[in-house]
Amino acid sequence: MLEVKDLTARYGRAQILNGVSLRVGGNEVVALLGRNGAGKTTTMKCVMGLVLQKAGEITYDGVSILGKPSHEICRLGIGYVPEERRIFGDLTVEENLEVGDRPARADAPEWSREHLFELFPNLAERRRNLGKQLSGGEQQMLTIARTLMGNPKVVLLDEPSEGIAPVIVEQMARVIKELKAEGLSVLLSEQNLHFARAVADRACIIEKGTLRYEGGFADLDAHPEISQQYLAV
Amino acid sequence: MGFYVAQLLTGLANASSLFLIACGLSIIFGVTRIVNFAHGSFYMVGAYLAYSIVALFPGSILGFWGGVIAAALIVGLLGLVVEMTILRRIYRAPELFQLVATFGVVLIIQDMAQAIWGAEDKLGPRAPGLSSAVRIMGEPIPEYDLALILIGPAVLAGIWLLFHRTRWGVLVRAATQDREMVGALGVNQAWLFSATFVLGAALAGLGGAIQIPRESVNLQMDLSVIGDAFVVVVIGGMGSVSGAFVAAVLISVLNAFAVLVYPQISIVLPFVVMAVVLIVRPYGLFGKEGSGHGAPTEPEQPLRLMSSRATLVLMALVFALAASPLVASDFASILLVDLMVATLFAVSLHFMMGLGGMVSFGHAAYFGVGAYGAAMAVSYLGLPMIPAMIVGPLAAAVAALFFGWFCVRLSGVYLAMLTLAAAQILWGVTFQSQEYTGGDDGIVGIWPASWATSDQAYFYVAFALCIGGIWFLRRVAHSPFGYGLRGVRDSDVRAEAIGMDVKFHQWMGFALAGTMAGLAGVVFAFSKGSVFPDVLGIGQSVDGLVMVLLGGIHALAGPILGAGVFVLIEDWVSRLDYWRFIFGMIILGVVLLAPDGVAGGVDRLMRALGLRREGQT
Ligand SMILES: Nc1ncnc2c1ncn2[C@@H]1O[C@H](COP(=O)(O)OP(=O)(O)O)[C@@H](O)[C@H]1O
Ligand SMILES: [Mg+2]
Repeated sequence: MLEVKDLTARYGRAQILNGVSLRVGGNEVVALLGRNGAGKTTTMKCVMGLVLQKAGEITYDGVSILGKPSHEICRLGIGYVPEERRIFGDLTVEENLEVGDRPARADAPEWSREHLFELFPNLAERRRNLGKQLSGGEQQMLTIARTLMGNPKVVLLDEPSEGIAPVIVEQMARVIKELKAEGLSVLLSEQNLHFARAVADRACIIEKGTLRYEGGFADLDAHPEISQQYLAV
Repeated sequence: MGFYVAQLLTGLANASSLFLIACGLSIIFGVTRIVNFAHGSFYMVGAYLAYSIVALFPGSILGFWGGVIAAALIVGLLGLVVEMTILRRIYRAPELFQLVATFGVVLIIQDMAQAIWGAEDKLGPRAPGLSSAVRIMGEPIPEYDLALILIGPAVLAGIWLLFHRTRWGVLVRAATQDREMVGALGVNQAWLFSATFVLGAALAGLGGAIQIPRESVNLQMDLSVIGDAFVVVVIGGMGSVSGAFVAAVLISVLNAFAVLVYPQISIVLPFVVMAVVLIVRPYGLFGKEGSGHGAPTEPEQPLRLMSSRATLVLMALVFALAASPLVASDFASILLVDLMVATLFAVSLHFMMGLGGMVSFGHAAYFGVGAYGAAMAVSYLGLPMIPAMIVGPLAAAVAALFFGWFCVRLSGVYLAMLTLAAAQILWGVTFQSQEYTGGDDGIVGIWPASWATSDQAYFYVAFALCIGGIWFLRRVAHSPFGYGLRGVRDSDVRAEAIGMDVKFHQWMGFALAGTMAGLAGVVFAFSKGSVFPDVLGIGQSVDGLVMVLLGGIHALAGPILGAGVFVLIEDWVSRLDYWRFIFGMIILGVVLLAPDGVAGGVDRLMRALGLRREGQT
């Protein structure tokens, strides 16, 4: 589905990615693990067309998307849930969903507002509140719901468990499983190995802009020195 | 009592048109982050079009209002053309480029309007059915004023509905907050931007069209309204429609009463109010932190210092310049003095922008204060040339210290607007203080000392001062202070973290740039023998910006090259008919084709020809 090959990226003079390659298959949840500053967010932004200085190959269903504007990438079926959530604070919850709304597509499940409000009951209660009035956990739900309004086939989920209460982290895990059950693919960026193990099929580990490991969690657990070296803080 | 009510109603009627133009400007800025200088041109074209269309249906109510609306729609189309041909290409360019490009559009539209409608003022008809006055508390109030008072809130309500009840409006509001995210959610920003620009332009056109029964239509409307419109947008908060409404009412009503006390205050008042509001609320009444920053631009390049070879070339040029009076005609000597004045002015502006990261829309203020300082020292204090040449830069230094203290408290577009306000205040004061400054007639008879009257002798005076000033600024750029300033530009957070007093650094940089602009002004005054208020005007400030842009902002040599190219082009073009049109086209050509300036263009050309290795500068 989504394939990244030898991706390099820079911000100004700083080289951030030095040749990252990874694959997300159909209906697969892949965890992109790495410490803070490893390059997880940058990788996702490159896929989404939000980083200008990049080179390498990024293909979706065999078609190159490198250099396409981000709205076209979104329209192909790639949904992006940013780490900083980027809720429209001056818009109500419903209006936030409206911005994400896209027509249904044949190859992906369609999400209605009602369906999303079932998945995120807290949002249903606050549908007329402004984005900036929501708690951190509610904003995290809203940013996911907003992206799902675009009926994506692949979701790039950037650190959904960061900075929210443990109860909500559990809810996030349920949501990711639900996405997989609906037939979506997910690229999940994480620092937390336990959370990733609970929801993902495979793991990629990135460190200083370079991919260090790709494989199953069983292998990773059999070689604790790998996660020790690249993930422990 | 009735008199005051009448005054209030006049103020409210004035507010409507101002609101229409300002809210268009604010909506455009909110979404596209472009400070659109050409917005005043849309207003002017709206007025001309309404004048022509309404004249086809004399005395018809439907004809009048239909004509007003048709004018607004046509201006909307004009906006679409401008957006798609020009602005679309420069959304990621630094603010300076956008500003200068839209100023190019101003010049082009001015000459096109003159070609179509001629240079004479046009008097529009009264609005049919609203041409008499009603008595309110004994005072006659024009019926048309009452109609205007209703139009403002009606448009505000319409925009509110559009923004809250349609998907398009929701997208516009979302994009005002985070347009990149809107794009990542699948919205084609290009069309959103175009549509926003059309709406904003049409509102400006409407603002101009409804003015025709009240004011004559003329070719100066564009720049005279744009200053006030900027002020209203900044006071209201960039991107806020309701802010624009409140600010338009505030300014217009204050003005309606202030003129009773002090009739000349109109020109200055809006800028004073803006300065006060910005000092109390740095993002305007309804603005948010960060609302005054332009688009995220492509990564800032480090400032290129000169290679030793470029320095040698420059030295050779300076020596050639020094020797030029031996061979050049008097006329060429005069042109060379203009060139040196322009270069010092551009270098001082570049010092502030390229090094200090502070974009100034009003650098002419300090050029003008320097010129007037010297001129007034001669004509009132009777000082000879040399002491007067010291008074000028000192006066500019004082002005720059004063206004700079306020300006460095802001950043981005707000800072730029406050510099514009400062320049407009000084211009207004100069224009109106007839007894001291001669007002519109300026000050004449400012000639060099007797030993320096020949063109050759004055050339050397100018040479010493301008080249000295440029040399001094370059030395400062390479000094620890200069490095500090660049550190502040690149990351004020980091600079603060290592214990630098960021504001103080910027303030001193601002003052130094102002002083050197003042020196350029002094040399200018003695070379022309006179000064007029337009040395402080928007035109002079924009000239400086164009020079910096022409040369390319990322090279220290940029402004030197830019000023040279500018003076030569101006000298050639200003003799032609429709020079504004030609000049505007040149500006657009540079912005679109060589966005890194002439220096960058030459650089790229040489690379393409294989004369220079990649990475070498
Ligand atoms: N806009 C930016 N400009 C410059 N450097 C950046 C920018 N964004 C991120 N970086 C740098 O890129 C590196 C990778 O960051 P990021 O991709 O956000 O890592 P992660 O998401 O894994 O924490 C970090 O060193 C960070 O400082
Ligand atoms: Mg990250």
